[in-house]
Amino acid sequence: MASTLLKRNDKALSFDPKRPPWQERPSLLQQAIKSLVLILFSLSILLPILLVVSTSLADNEQIVEAGGFVLWPERPNLDAYITIFKGPLVLQSLGVSLFITSVGTVLALFVTITMAYATSRPVLFGRPIVIAVLFTLLFTPGLIPSFLMIRQLGLLDSLWSLILPGVFAAFNFVVMRAFFMNIPGELIESARIDGATDWQILWRIVVPLSKAVIAVVGLFYAVSFWNSFFNALLYINDQSKWPIQLLLRNFVVQSSGAAEQLGISTTAPPQSIQMAVVVVALVPILMVYPFLQRHFTKGVITGAVKG
Amino acid sequence: MNSTTKQAPDALPSQRLPVAAKPNRVPNKRGSKQPQPSSQSFRNRLRRDKQMLLMMVPGVAFLLLFFYIPILGNVIAFQDYQPFLGIGNSMFVGWQNFSDLFNNPDFIRAFWNTLYLAAWQLVLLFPIPLILALMVDSLVSNRVRRIFQSIAYLPHFLSWVLVIAFFQQMLGGAGFVNNVLRDMGLDPIPFMSNPDTFPLLVVVQMIWKDAGWAMIIFLAALASIDAALYEAAAVDGAGRWRRMWHITLPGLRPVIILLLILRIGDILSVGFEQYILQRDAVGADAAEVLDTFAYYTGVIGGGWSSGAAAGLAKGVVGALLIYGANKLAHRFGEDGIFARKVG
Repeated sequence: MASTLLKRNDKALSFDPKRPPWQERPSLLQQAIKSLVLILFSLSILLPILLVVSTSLADNEQIVEAGGFVLWPERPNLDAYITIFKGPLVLQSLGVSLFITSVGTVLALFVTITMAYATSRPVLFGRPIVIAVLFTLLFTPGLIPSFLMIRQLGLLDSLWSLILPGVFAAFNFVVMRAFFMNIPGELIESARIDGATDWQILWRIVVPLSKAVIAVVGLFYAVSFWNSFFNALLYINDQSKWPIQLLLRNFVVQSSGAAEQLGISTTAPPQSIQMAVVVVALVPILMVYPFLQRHFTKGVITGAVKG
Repeated sequence: MNSTTKQAPDALPSQRLPVAAKPNRVPNKRGSKQPQPSSQSFRNRLRRDKQMLLMMVPGVAFLLLFFYIPILGNVIAFQDYQPFLGIGNSMFVGWQNFSDLFNNPDFIRAFWNTLYLAAWQLVLLFPIPLILALMVDSLVSNRVRRIFQSIAYLPHFLSWVLVIAFFQQMLGGAGFVNNVLRDMGLDPIPFMSNPDTFPLLVVVQMIWKDAGWAMIIFLAALASIDAALYEAAAVDGAGRWRRMWHITLPGLRPVIILLLILRIGDILSVGFEQYILQRDAVGADAAEVLDTFAYYTGVIGGGWSSGAAAGLAKGVVGALLIYGANKLAHRFGEDGIFARKVG
């Protein structure tokens, strides 16, 4: 008797300072299930990354001993990386990817910022243009006409074919424009009265106020340029202009020709070489990710949830 | 309106001020919705907005070059397009390409594969981010919460090539899991190359890549639900499940409907890169979808017109689906995607 009473009381009176009073403490079973799900989900993401990085750093003996994969390199070395950077292909494709990512992101931010600002104020043609942009969310022109357009423009086998089609994305435009529309009109009017032109207002007032959203949208663009694989498959034949993702596909996912294709001799174990290429494509993302992460929620919510 | 005409002659940018500051008008959040003073002539407004219009030029040029002109390029779907003749000189054949397509077993197969895979995605993919978000939202420790979110968002930023490479290393024939199985004396399982389980594999890949990221929007919506509602319900004696059913889920309704519409519109674009990367491993029977069909027929096979026709059919059906879903959302009294948003 006493024990059940105590139990019920306990439950009613349990007070957790971090939890609002109306929230009940979950039962042990619920908590266990929840933790298990979240931990397994996290592990499914972390484990492959750890395996790939470890294997790329491990030496041949350990890999053979472990049957292909290594959880923790016992004698870490950079042989695999030295090998892949000896041949020209990895360096070239890294250069291509860095080029399209940096140039593409700068261009994309310019196009998106100007367009989003111009349509965020009451302005001539503003409304029809916004509708024209939103229409791109509904319908895509299709693969073949886009290809013919790129060919018509003479951009086949040119790095611009990887940059230009990606410099404006409707989703990023919506995020940016929503942010600009929240900037108080009084601020802009007062600048106008002081004699600032629209152009000056944009770069001197609006842009400095919008660093957070510019960081997020910039990240989205940079990631999409860095990750772009299909455009390269479509438009680029010349092997020296392959971005890293296409190299990764041919070398790891299809693993055709393997080492000869990289123009290297196989001295390091192929497994660690493959993993090294994966890491080379992965690391830049891991590097910028922590810095921009705190802006995610804000940036995405401005665009996605209305009101 | 009169107050603006008085100032009109000087045609300075500052004349926008009276419009914004006009008394009695309810301040409008969507700035561009404010009616333009009708007394201003078109030329005046053109001059006033000159710089703003210039700012639109790069974006509009993009839209024209890589969106609207290619849309017109779809005309080759109605032609017997010959690359050396160009669009101008190729013969028009009417609906011939489309009727050819519908008699082409490869196209029919791609079409059914697309629908089949899309149905799997719709059913399995949709609830998972929501469940994850509810779990994360009920975490008490902010630190645990932040760490989990950082991990869960990460795969969204990896390319499909990387994702497939990871899956191959983990689940492929020579992958980690099969190595473990072999060590234990069991037969390896062909996760990555079995056409029968391909839909499941694809969905798992999508969950791995995007479920965490899709959670972000539910989390935001959850945070915006008024805590007083929960308190009131708790006072009235509603338990945790009742509160979830009567407060949490209705609070999330607009977001759920919005995302559902976007998914439905995307139904025919099941995920291009994912399929083209795995088509060789599982075979065209299982992995050929409308997008890959258009690519192989058009760009690889040189059947430009059939490829364009397949793409156009897909685009039109997709747009109709979004439009219909949005209409349906309006009927349920929700905003959908483009109700009061365009402004």
